[in-house]
Amino acid sequence: MLNKETGGFWLCYANTQSMATSFKKEILNGSHAFGAQSANGTRTVTTKDTFKAALYVTTATVDSTTTAYSATNEVSGTGYTAGGIAVTNATAPTTSGTTAFWTPSASLVYTTVTLTTAFDAVLIYNTASTGNLAVSVHTFGAQTITAGTFTLTMPANDSSNALIRIA
Amino acid sequence: MAKISTKHGDMDEHLLTKRTGTDRHHDHDGSLHDTADWVEYWHNGELVHRSVHVTLHKIIPEMKPIIAKLVG
Repeated sequence: MLNKETGGFWLCYANTQSMATSFKKEILNGSHAFGAQSANGTRTVTTKDTFKAALYVTTATVDSTTTAYSATNEVSGTGYTAGGIAVTNATAPTTSGTTAFWTPSASLVYTTVTLTTAFDAVLIYNTASTGNLAVSVHTFGAQTITAGTFTLTMPANDSSNALIRIA
Repeated sequence: MAKISTKHGDMDEHLLTKRTGTDRHHDHDGSLHDTADWVEYWHNGELVHRSVHVTLHKIIPEMKPIIAKLVG
């Protein structure tokens, strides 16, 4: 998109970094457990959920309206398995001040892949949920990978920078 | 002799031309969104290997509690 003031160009992403709107409702319904759940008089399950991270091409549209994982416009290529990779979740959600937060405990690493169609987004979703419910979309500058490794490093897990925060 | 995985299989590193770089992507407001450190290996003018390490800087604004106001 042309910046009429400078004559340069804005970078316009079809994918938009955002928290899934559906996720906000689902956490109120207790549909996502990033840490071990506390059993109550109704709920007996105490194990935390499992999450995966799938990559999407630049022409996809994953954003706040995304409600679940979909293979549509997901990247494909040698070494990449549809659905993406498991998110390492070894650090339970915690709080600091009035903010609760959580971040994957390790970088997302897609090892020895060839992804020749440019991609610029990762969708984190809950594989333990019925329907692979979406959590959040994170974007970055468009990339391609050739017989190599794509590593996505998370921000620091603190109340100011964690991947998911509730203030 | 170091081996590099390429689209043609593992190749000796000394046969390849290595290029590295860092790209910084900014949002419309000028804030840093992410940093990408890349490594490429070329052979006879052909890109045979590319790895990228992206570090996310821009995070999703936190969800803020909404206080309901009762009127009537």
